[in-house]
Amino acid sequence: MREIWVLADHAEGQLRRITLELLGKGRALADARGARLVALVLGHGVEHLASPLAEHGADGVLLADHPMLASYRVEAYTHAMTEAIREHRPWAVLVPSTANGRDLAPRVAARLGAGIVTDVEDLWTEGEQLMARRPMYTRKAVGIVAFVGEGPHLAVVLPKVFPPADRQEGRSAEVRRLAVQWEGVPVRTREVERREVRRERVPLTEAEIVVSGGRGLRGPENFALLEELAAELGAAVGSSRPPVDSGWVPHDYEIGQTGKTVSPTVYIAVGISGAPQHLAGMSGSKYIVAINKDPNAPIFQVASLGVVGDLFEIVPRLVEVVRRAKASG
Amino acid sequence: MNVVVCIKQVPDTEQPIRVKPDGSGIEEQGLNWILNYYDEHAVEEALRLREKHGGTVTVVCVGPPRATEAIRTALAMGADEGVLISDPLLEGADHLGLARALARAIQRLTWDVVLCGRLATDDNAAVVGPALAEFLGVPQATAITRLEVGEGMARVEREVEGGAEVLEVQLPAVFTVERTINEPRYPTLPGIMRAKRQEIRTLTLADLGLAPSEAGAQAARVRTVRFDPPPRREAGEVIRPENPEEAAERIAAFLRDVAKVL
Ligand SMILES: Cc1cc2nc3c(=O)[nH]c(=O)nc-3n(C[C@H](O)[C@H](O)[C@H](O)COP(=O)(O)OP(=O)(O)OC[C@H]3O[C@@H](n4cnc5c(N)ncnc54)[C@H](O)[C@@H]3O)c2cc1C
Repeated sequence: MREIWVLADHAEGQLRRITLELLGKGRALADARGARLVALVLGHGVEHLASPLAEHGADGVLLADHPMLASYRVEAYTHAMTEAIREHRPWAVLVPSTANGRDLAPRVAARLGAGIVTDVEDLWTEGEQLMARRPMYTRKAVGIVAFVGEGPHLAVVLPKVFPPADRQEGRSAEVRRLAVQWEGVPVRTREVERREVRRERVPLTEAEIVVSGGRGLRGPENFALLEELAAELGAAVGSSRPPVDSGWVPHDYEIGQTGKTVSPTVYIAVGISGAPQHLAGMSGSKYIVAINKDPNAPIFQVASLGVVGDLFEIVPRLVEVVRRAKASG
Repeated sequence: MNVVVCIKQVPDTEQPIRVKPDGSGIEEQGLNWILNYYDEHAVEEALRLREKHGGTVTVVCVGPPRATEAIRTALAMGADEGVLISDPLLEGADHLGLARALARAIQRLTWDVVLCGRLATDDNAAVVGPALAEFLGVPQATAITRLEVGEGMARVEREVEGGAEVLEVQLPAVFTVERTINEPRYPTLPGIMRAKRQEIRTLTLADLGLAPSEAGAQAARVRTVRFDPPPRREAGEVIRPENPEEAAERIAAFLRDVAKVL
């Protein structure tokens, strides 16, 4: 059986949570087909990632470890990844839907003439065919997509749609090293600067709980209320579009059609009306709690718990209640 | 500085979108077709490059004949020329096929920069831009929030997890743009009048020297087999608490007992 691969995304020497999520799904696909699950690692000084990859389900780890891959550059990464795929011919490759995964995978697919599906929310096999489910039309429809032909099939998978693989301590994997030929590979992109936006807690797309504010917050200063609640809950803070357009928060807070897609366990929408373009980014959340003073706000049609009331009165009390609950719990 | 902008015509998602009962697609009746939202930003960025560096702005679109309307929107904003790639043989093509057709058309133009929207709001794929860069054999940067062009190179900024990065990219190159890159201008009345009269060149696959087996349904490696309506969410409970204390208690109870995150 041809292998199932997961492209391991890592940052600052650590695997990103989405890598563990893809390993979980990849493991299930591989078991169903009696295939090996292999993690592909592109980077420099990444050998230490082999053992956590093995402990989270990889049977094999392929390392492309080279200074050319020290930071993400599309041409170098495309080259290394296509070489690896050409040499080992995996059946399917699961790629994390991160900024770089979305940059890289389509280019690799184009070079290989391979099928690619992005925004994947589920993956399964029907006979010999790999199938994917993805939201379309601002989540007003769901597309069921079939990969055609022999593969390799590239699936770019959204964060938080699969649970992360459990860790089995001491589990090991065969580690192979890729010898990539670098001669004649153009790299016409150079990173000149990187700016970290310091977020206190977990990244938005990885968070278990997201506390999100809308126009109802009235001003940038009131996002402090949400920050405080998020701190108590260990949540990330997001927003609808108006706070971004008004400059209250940066664009990377935005959730929706023109922002991020999040699927946390709980999404707390505060002063957000629930426009379709906003729902496009968050209606995959497991539970939605909405606080809105307008009983007719459309958000209540999707909320698991809708609370009609004034956010400025409710949120500070909620912070207290949560704080007390944690202290006693 | 010659800029090519790839654009797409998409249904306006402000309107209701319904899946056909047989799952073969969406009901097209009553749809309002518009220029893809991100592509407006790409057109705007191209116009700004032309204003600064001179040159031309050419928009290229793959689509059915009605897609000329999206091209006219871009022309009305100020683009110089429009090309429509339209061919029934492209029915069932995947994104790589479309990118191949675009690449062929673009190879016949003189250009320094290709701009695309970050994604099209109908299928959200975000595949065409990077695939096009590959077929054109040039570097790329996707979802950029800033673009400055200098001699033979561009400096771009893009959002990545946890921050932003600034890249220098050699030209020619393909960039896909994020919405925060600019504020698109409205078409002007004279612009609209001019766009109405302007000739739009239409090209078929044969005109591009492409066989259907290279770009059409036969070449497709993925196929949408079914469209389903979105999953219905359990309609939850809407409560009107007596006071904020009760509201807070109810939410906390939900987080603890139902969602089990507390
Ligand atoms: C092409 C396109 C793409 C878009 N993409 C996105 C996107 O990605 N994300 C996105 O969010 N939007 C997007 N939008 C915008 C979207 O259509 C809505 O305008 C937006 O989501 C509304 O944001 P909001 O709910 O915060 O504001 P509003 O609709 O103004 O709602 C504010 C809510 O706050 C409530 N409120 C006010 N004061 C209080 C209070 N004291 N206590 C409690 N509740 C209060 C009000 O009752 C109201 O329901 C897009 C639009 C277009 C055209």
